[in-house]
Amino acid sequence: MGWFKRNKNKDSEGGSIKIVEGMWVKCPFCRAIIFKREIDRNLKVCLKCQYHFPMTVEERLELIADPDSFQEWDADLIPGDPLKFHDSQPYKARVEKAQQKTGKREAILTGKCQISGCAVALGIFDFSFMGGSMGSVVGEKICRAVDQAILERMPFLLITTSGGARMQEGTLSLMQMAKTASALAKLQEAKLPFIVLLTDPTFGGVTASVAMLGDLILAEPKALIGFAGPRVIEQTIKQRLPEGFQRAEFLLEHGMIDQIVERKTLKSRLRSLMVHCGTSVSA
Amino acid sequence: MREFLEFEKPLKELEERIAKLVKAKSKKASVQDAIVKHSEQLTKLEAEIFSNLTPWQRSQIARHPQRPSISDYVEHMTDEFQEMHGDRLFGDDQAIIGGFALWKDRSVMMIGHEKGKSLKERMRRNFGMAKPEGYRKALRLMKLAERCKRPVITFIDTPGAYPGIDAEQRGQSEAIARNLLEMARLQVPILAVVTGEGGSGGALALGVADRVFMLEHSIYSVISPEGCAAILWNDPSKASEAASALRMTAPELLKLKVIDEIIPEPLGGAHRDPVMMAKRLSETLETHIRELQTMKLPSLLKHREDKFRSMGVWSTAKTPVTQMKAVTAS
Ligand SMILES: [Zn+2]
Repeated sequence: MGWFKRNKNKDSEGGSIKIVEGMWVKCPFCRAIIFKREIDRNLKVCLKCQYHFPMTVEERLELIADPDSFQEWDADLIPGDPLKFHDSQPYKARVEKAQQKTGKREAILTGKCQISGCAVALGIFDFSFMGGSMGSVVGEKICRAVDQAILERMPFLLITTSGGARMQEGTLSLMQMAKTASALAKLQEAKLPFIVLLTDPTFGGVTASVAMLGDLILAEPKALIGFAGPRVIEQTIKQRLPEGFQRAEFLLEHGMIDQIVERKTLKSRLRSLMVHCGTSVSA
Repeated sequence: MREFLEFEKPLKELEERIAKLVKAKSKKASVQDAIVKHSEQLTKLEAEIFSNLTPWQRSQIARHPQRPSISDYVEHMTDEFQEMHGDRLFGDDQAIIGGFALWKDRSVMMIGHEKGKSLKERMRRNFGMAKPEGYRKALRLMKLAERCKRPVITFIDTPGAYPGIDAEQRGQSEAIARNLLEMARLQVPILAVVTGEGGSGGALALGVADRVFMLEHSIYSVISPEGCAAILWNDPSKASEAASALRMTAPELLKLKVIDEIIPEPLGGAHRDPVMMAKRLSETLETHIRELQTMKLPSLLKHREDKFRSMGVWSTAKTPVTQMKAVTAS
């Protein structure tokens, strides 16, 4: 949907850690300058304000999956260029650049793993790949992961971070919202739980489809989550946004999410919730 | 009075010239000849302009201030309309209207965006930009139609869902997402028509249907051309380029299999003859509703699922990922 515009000057929304002289990190939330090593040792959580810095897909997997339990699905899916889209550069070139930069083929990783002995189908958005935007491949991979969850009677866990639908695939990207929602309807009918973890930032077409359809919706502390991006809203209503607007705490207060979960308790929390939802635990 | 768009200026000039000649009431043969000549020129020019519209020009027609909307179609297509109000949770969003209609001796549920025409009405309708209560009202009415076994017909015409503080507070994303999921499995036929502007998620929230149509000059897009230009070109004035790049017109979207059929508009656009437009729309809907009503429910739902499931373009890579990583490393 692209409501969410990244601003190169303001680091609070870029989803990347600003490194000062390589060794130091500036917290986008409290602006504290902290030793990068200290942050890394603390699960990438700010020591001063508990802001949860973005994690890579691999770091997230390591945080929740039992060792060697992950099995990737559909790693070979690659996007086409149905629109022959061209702005300052062709879409194909943008995709190739993103693939070179990240070593990934697309903006989501899907597969299955065990979380403390609970088998789960899993999707993790990758913000470093074109802002985690949802195009045809992301939509298709989510649908296939849901199919597999139904086939193997597993819950589906989705960890989101995205700027929204991918503009370069036009209306086909918009349709991925309907496509994924339709798959999730089947998951509901199969009476399998869908758990979402919202991380910083999650916006646009991803929030307005898969992200807000969780049976259980969790969020990381201070994560920015919304439909329209803050700047678009400010331009529309021509007034300043209130403090804490669109943060995870704001969503919790307004009844939009179930819990805010800190990284250090995430794995045990997920396991417990899955067990409550009826997932069996293997030894 | 007819409002002319920027690219219609040559037509306006010709029309004015003809009007002046007619007003002179001259019986001179040369004047009469000039009137005939200009009129022929006008017809030719109009046909030429409207058969070669750029995507940006089409989007101007789609957003024309006099573009017919659900209110007009209800007026010209139905014998009765019982509007229903409110979402039972917060309020009655004026940007979306809906209710039972008597259409061709059938009871159907009609729901659609309403932008309004006069400035005062536009403000009351929030320019067709719905808030969560609008989508929730629409869903409530769809569920009612399901219970009464009535088909649902939606009319899509919105710049997008409203980007505001209150809308976010009340769960704009959740409201849209919920409609997508519930429409995917609603147990009655759904037909959606993009009548004007199909603006991103706010449009799709009424657009998960068994049949999706577009009026000839309507647009349907993931983002407005202005928004896309601002983000990808860093320059909102590049909206015309963005409109082309986004492939948001009816013919392009038919090719991409996002829609099922294009409904031709009267020359110059639907606003030039709303009655004829309503008649054509009615005929198309009639053909498809007959087809859908012969389908058994499981097959109807399976077709709807498959329709959206097949949307998108992807392929399978030949090289394994590990090899690609090696390329990156070198
Ligand atoms: Zn901090």
